[in-house]
Amino acid sequence: MATSEPIGRRPVETPRAGHLDEGFGHTVVYESEVPRHNVHTRLVHWGVAIFFVAALLSGFAIFTPWLYAWLTPLFGGGARARLLHPWFGIGFVIMMILQLRGWFHDMRWQPSDRLWLKRIRAYVTHEDRVEPDYVGKFNAGQKMWFWTMVAAGVVFLITGIPLWFPEYLGRTLMWICYFFHDLCGLVMLGGFLVHIYEGTAALPGTFRSMVRGTVTRAWAWTHHPGWYRQITGRDPKADLEQAEKIRAENPGPRW
Amino acid sequence: MLDEKTLQIRAISGHPGSVPGEGVQREVEVCKLMDTSTCIGCKACEVACVEWNDLPFQETTFDNTYQTMPETKWDFWQLIKFHEYEKDDGSLMWLFRKDQCMHCEDPGCLHACPADGAIVQYENGIVDFQQDKCIGCQLCMSGCPFNIPKFNQTTKKVYKCTLCSDRVGQGLEPACIKSCPTGCLKFGTKQEMKEIAETRVKQLQENGHSNAGVYDPLSIGGTHVIYVLHDATKPELYGGLPANPRIPIVYTWWKYLLKPLSLATVGLGALGMLIHYVAYGPKREQPEPPKQEEDSHGNK
Repeated sequence: MATSEPIGRRPVETPRAGHLDEGFGHTVVYESEVPRHNVHTRLVHWGVAIFFVAALLSGFAIFTPWLYAWLTPLFGGGARARLLHPWFGIGFVIMMILQLRGWFHDMRWQPSDRLWLKRIRAYVTHEDRVEPDYVGKFNAGQKMWFWTMVAAGVVFLITGIPLWFPEYLGRTLMWICYFFHDLCGLVMLGGFLVHIYEGTAALPGTFRSMVRGTVTRAWAWTHHPGWYRQITGRDPKADLEQAEKIRAENPGPRW
Repeated sequence: MLDEKTLQIRAISGHPGSVPGEGVQREVEVCKLMDTSTCIGCKACEVACVEWNDLPFQETTFDNTYQTMPETKWDFWQLIKFHEYEKDDGSLMWLFRKDQCMHCEDPGCLHACPADGAIVQYENGIVDFQQDKCIGCQLCMSGCPFNIPKFNQTTKKVYKCTLCSDRVGQGLEPACIKSCPTGCLKFGTKQEMKEIAETRVKQLQENGHSNAGVYDPLSIGGTHVIYVLHDATKPELYGGLPANPRIPIVYTWWKYLLKPLSLATVGLGALGMLIHYVAYGPKREQPEPPKQEEDSHGNK
């Protein structure tokens, strides 16, 4: 029923259109919305996020003398930051394994992802109003970030253990691991900043997918048309055109 | 020279910016000299170290040598290393070397340490650990070319020889020096010790030790503990003294140059995102939602 309603215009107050019960918690899907991340995915994401940020801050606290005095107080001093950091890391790795399990399928690299990367410049400069039809649930950029994080989790774990227990594993291994742990941290910091930007300010309407679990249909056909087609069985281009037609007939107030 | 003024701080680990004592006073660099050719391996210095620093007496390890234990411990800061060396002509030499912190001019431990103030270097050259600021990460152990700092599992801190900075600060010589019965251990300014060492090396060379020399490795800017060796071409014989001690480059070039630069690059990336937002703005869903009308209740 919902799909035949006018699309592209968010009613001021929409009655509950759907109530996806997921055992633990539920996702409320209003009219003109589509569910994007279920409760489990959202909780796992925030689990990863909390441990990641805690590990990031405690790690960068001892990363360089120029950050030490700024960041160690967050954890009750340098010694406590050093004590907690490996545990934050373990939490991150465990949550990351759950996330890998959940997203392994959706994050698989597709031939069309190469096409997306070729037009990354156009993506960044907003050359096209909507994404190409082949963009599925996750675009190539998201997939790259995901797999970089998986790889980073592995490198962090492998290099982190000798840094955690150098008294057993030796001094030489320690400085080698120190370098790669650092390098990995820098890559993760950069990627994390981009991730936050893309998930909030750069793409309005995205952040809610990780809290309430839904996005608007317009968001879906704009940013992930392939996924929109897949989950609704509708043509994203046709729906966009229909929405624009309705918009032209019922213009909202202008500013 | 040897009063408390010598404890002005020259370098601080994990410290951004200036250092309080750097170059504010005329300072004399102190130095310990050990002449391996006159050491008899009595280990009075080991006992004196344990006594003065109130370290626990402990059981020794017997492994068919005259060495007290295999290596120094967190609560055993100096050790006479023993090596029975067979020369080319088949004769034997007993090589003794007092193994302890070398108090490097360019200390690898201090460079590696991320904790502000956990390791300090005084103007007189002593490198001292401040356990209250130590975070127990043990990077110092990995930065030290001599395997000296040792970790205490209970306190989660690292300890090593202080060169008796408490005694030196009060104008006394270190405990080990005071206890030495043969005079193979000497303490004074770096300059004096080098002169004495050179004189002794000449004597040794005149007496058949043609390879005799002073161990004061320049690869780490020299040390504040120097040795007279019968054979300076093979320092490894003396309980594994490295011929060319080096600090891992990750604690120098990487930590102090490339790492801050990389971090700054990431920071510039964040600035780039701000510029992107200003220049291109957000990418909205299409068609863009109209500004919401107020309903009859005045709610948006």
